[in-house]
Amino acid sequence: MKTLLANAIHSRIIWPLAGLGVLLLFNLLADIEFYRIEILEGDLYGPLITVLKQGSKIMLLALGMTLVIATKGVDLSVGSVMAVVGVLAAFLLRETGGNLAAALAGGIGVAVILGAFNGGMVALVKIQPIVATLIMMVLARGVAFLITGGLPIKVTDPAIRQLGQGHLLGLPLSLFVVAAFFLISVILTRRTALGLFIESVGDNETASRFCGLPTRLVKVMVYVFCAVCACAAGLVSIGFSGIADADKLGVLYELDAITAVVVGGTALTGGRFSLAGSLVGALLIKTMEITLIRQGMNPAYMPVPKALIIVAVCLLLSEAFRTQLAGLFGRRKVSA
Amino acid sequence: MLELRGISKTFPGVKALDGVDFTLRTGEIHALMGENGAGKSTLIKILTGVYSCDEGSMVLDGRPLNPDSPRTAEHAGISTVYQEVNLVPDLSVAENIMLGREPTGPLGGIRWRAIRERAEKALDRLGLSIDVQRNVSTFSIAIKQMVAVARALDLDARLLILDEPTSSLDDDEVDQLFTVLRQLQRGGLSIIFITHFLDQVYKISDRITVLRNGRQVGEYATPDLPRLELIAAMMGREVQEIEHLGGTITMADRGREQAEPFLKVRGLGAPGRVEDIDMEVNRGEVVGLAGLLGSGRTETARLIFGVERAASGTIEVEGEHVRIRSPRDAIRRGIAFCSEDRKVEGIIPTLSVRENLILALQGSRGPMRRLPREEQETLATHYIQALGIKTPTPETPIENLSGGNQQKVLVARWLCMSPQLTILDEPTRGIDVGAKAEIEKLVAGLREEGTSVLFISSELEEVVRSCERVLVLCDRRKAGELSGEEISEQNIMRTIAEYHEDTAR
Amino acid sequence: MTFAVFVVLFTAMTLAFEGFGTPLSSCYLLISYAHVGILAMGMTFVILSGGIDLSVGTVLAFTTVFIAKAVSVWGLSPWVAIPVALFLGAGFGGGMGFLIHQYKMPPFLVTLAGMFLARGLAFVVNIETISLSEHPFFRAVSSWKLYLAPASFTPRPFLKAEAIIFLVLVVFCLYLAHMRRFGRTVYAIGGSESSATLMGLKVARTKILVYAFSGFCAALAGVAFTFLNTAGKANMGIGWELDAIAAVVIGGTLLTGGSGYVLGTFLGVLIYGSIMTGVGDYSNLGSAGQRISIGVLLLLFILVQGLLPGAGKTRSS
Repeated sequence: MKTLLANAIHSRIIWPLAGLGVLLLFNLLADIEFYRIEILEGDLYGPLITVLKQGSKIMLLALGMTLVIATKGVDLSVGSVMAVVGVLAAFLLRETGGNLAAALAGGIGVAVILGAFNGGMVALVKIQPIVATLIMMVLARGVAFLITGGLPIKVTDPAIRQLGQGHLLGLPLSLFVVAAFFLISVILTRRTALGLFIESVGDNETASRFCGLPTRLVKVMVYVFCAVCACAAGLVSIGFSGIADADKLGVLYELDAITAVVVGGTALTGGRFSLAGSLVGALLIKTMEITLIRQGMNPAYMPVPKALIIVAVCLLLSEAFRTQLAGLFGRRKVSA
Repeated sequence: MLELRGISKTFPGVKALDGVDFTLRTGEIHALMGENGAGKSTLIKILTGVYSCDEGSMVLDGRPLNPDSPRTAEHAGISTVYQEVNLVPDLSVAENIMLGREPTGPLGGIRWRAIRERAEKALDRLGLSIDVQRNVSTFSIAIKQMVAVARALDLDARLLILDEPTSSLDDDEVDQLFTVLRQLQRGGLSIIFITHFLDQVYKISDRITVLRNGRQVGEYATPDLPRLELIAAMMGREVQEIEHLGGTITMADRGREQAEPFLKVRGLGAPGRVEDIDMEVNRGEVVGLAGLLGSGRTETARLIFGVERAASGTIEVEGEHVRIRSPRDAIRRGIAFCSEDRKVEGIIPTLSVRENLILALQGSRGPMRRLPREEQETLATHYIQALGIKTPTPETPIENLSGGNQQKVLVARWLCMSPQLTILDEPTRGIDVGAKAEIEKLVAGLREEGTSVLFISSELEEVVRSCERVLVLCDRRKAGELSGEEISEQNIMRTIAEYHEDTAR
Repeated sequence: MTFAVFVVLFTAMTLAFEGFGTPLSSCYLLISYAHVGILAMGMTFVILSGGIDLSVGTVLAFTTVFIAKAVSVWGLSPWVAIPVALFLGAGFGGGMGFLIHQYKMPPFLVTLAGMFLARGLAFVVNIETISLSEHPFFRAVSSWKLYLAPASFTPRPFLKAEAIIFLVLVVFCLYLAHMRRFGRTVYAIGGSESSATLMGLKVARTKILVYAFSGFCAALAGVAFTFLNTAGKANMGIGWELDAIAAVVIGGTLLTGGSGYVLGTFLGVLIYGSIMTGVGDYSNLGSAGQRISIGVLLLLFILVQGLLPGAGKTRSS
């Protein structure tokens, strides 16, 4: 039992889970309505469900972003990729009169291309990830505008709308998409040696190369995967809102995704990652959002608590801060 | 002028300096020598205030010296030019010299003309006239060093410390540097010169101090010290306990001939690395690569393993001409390389012992064919036992292990691969005596299995004990080859000394 | 090299587009993009020091809202509100700089948090847009014109307050970068922080000041924007930090720090503005074309930077 507890404290996922726990506890005490679930036509509704539904997009993005960050990189373009995919799918649906297969193929295809381009810039041309994905962010957004010609496209295809708003077995359909992606990523990273390779490349790329690991291929693959996740998020997004607007789709989502990953316990310095942690991180952020709104905070103020979370996590991760804190308490603090 | 007495410094786990004495006379050029880990840089860092010593005293010009930071040391008149030449690359020469002390006008604005003039004056003292307005990065390392020296001079230094100043210089530049140093010496400056190049030491220094394993081995007047004695002092005897070790190779096994060598290297070279290296390694043979620091041993290994690409020469594996352009190519050919720099090229810090151990093996299988967990654990436990790796569990992050145990994990990593040729670069550096014996036993075991080993070490006894043939490298070229009965520490050192004398002529 | 690009671009557009390249339209350029330029000036120093500041766009927004509210609702005089806003901006930046240096936190994350915080605070101040067009001070300043040529010259070019502020700032930044120890220390830190520390430079103080200056510039840009737009709006400035970064990169400053010129950023701003106007207003490509052009240009610049000898510093280690 003691080792279990010790393991738990040392495992990074304990902190975001604790945070989530605190929020849920708060709601239990102060806002029991948070947990109220209504059943309409066999589907569940309620604040808890809203968290899951709205959080699906961030959770999808966070999955992809986790692997990129694990390789010591970052992908600032996911929001724009969402936009391109969403807009392209909507466009294709409109032009082909509802050919879902074409829309999906187009979306996935463009995501793979953009992701590969990102990966190529980072791994082959050796551009810094921030710069490379920043460029893609701008370019992709421009392409999105090009496709729509400036006007938002309405999305009416029932399948896509279901994706964003529909339910399966009572729970939001998008949640199942998240679950599917989560399952796929866990299988890909833990059932194969890919997870090990990713962690290795992020932790010490030179040594990994010396071991004969295909470092460049690994890096390209994580960016492609991240883009595919963004593709899924984009489709969910247009399904949810019914509109593909190049100006608004996915704007600032990359920052939420990065926050979710960092809160979830994966360090920006690369190496060990936690997919589950990132999901928890995303849920934490969304729960906090909904809780605060229900407590009466104006949704516009939302960025403030998000900022505080980022600062808090960074401070906790900072050696200098921990030493200072330990000095105040006169003993050594357990590393988070 | 400068007297250090009984300097000791301990870091967690290792005693870097043990009662070291050091004397510097005014106006002399004093060489500080020793292999890696001998304690040279620690001593200098104590002198310049980066570290503080645990024991001992320092006296400068009759006054006690106790710098608490590089700046205080600078104020005391001690200036250092580091090997990496700490200049700001994209600023001009003049600016680098005056950075932080730029002369300012009445409103606090920088007076550029004054900067230029002072910089030119400082460089003039060195006999150098270059365009001080040019970006310092556009100049060669030799000039950059001059600029760093100029900055030190402008600070009114009385003691100048040069840390490996000639590693990146060609012969002409070295001569230029030495002319400048002699000039400065005549002007009353005292100089401590850290290097591992023997002939340079003989050319420029007045006296030599040799450190080994944190202790002072000797202080000599340069003209009176024969080369062989200096080499012996530097490579010296390891602690007596090593003599307890068994597992030596019997004489009868040495000097085996084979039809086709596993590895044949001809004329291998790369600019700035090594030149014209010929080498053969037969199957199941243990070949040693010996030489002083900087002789090119690691560089040769890196070229064979594909870390760097050779500019000239050929490599043949099992009679087949191959192009090795990356570690993957080498691994595919059955070559393994255990690097000497385990922090940068070896360990994956946050990954566990087990993961580090099986990483190369997994790498060769590709991402899809994952080693089953039980197999990983079996391998891990096997090698943990075999090599005596001290770790709480196989899942402990490797960064928590001591240096020696980390090294053992790295060696095990390559042993997992059952390679045809294992290159071990300083495998016993920083390892306790018992572990060294285990590694040597392993090497013998590999031989019995028919694996070839290329054994690089600056510990001569190890090389002599384990190897059937020894290639001696010197100043990035092949100095000689010894086999069978010829192999002995004396002979290795003699080969180096003779090569030096030959080329010095 | 940036200069060459600018010349080529400007000439090409002047020839291609009717009405481009005239003195008047050039003045419009300066006026319309003054706020981006001011942001870019502050950003230049941050990037030169090897860091990055993602918060400037939202600090700009915050400043506009703050000033608008202070002046319209709280009844403060603009002569009080504006300095206070500038002070707040500098303090905000300095705070981030402190966290970055003292606790060795990554600039990317800290300024990201700063961006969130500023946006939230902007909304806290006021959610809806506050118009300033009725306020005498702002009405006066925003309609004030400085004519550059006699009335007989048509169309008569003029500059407005925003552009003047920008140009004055450029001159000041030139002075700061080249004639003050502060500026040289910034270059040194970006070039090699370890060397700078070993040389005894005041690294800590400079790093914090750099972010404070960036915050100050963001606030100043906000002030300039209130003159341009005569309104205070919390919900704007999204992505403007990226525009500033783009201008800095196009201007030849390396994102790894230590290399670049204030003048380069100035040209970068002009190029940026030219593309935005040229592609946006004069061609049919619209918003899409603007972004794609900027993106492609950025990519080209980065690639060239990477290929230049000794400049492989945009590359990840």
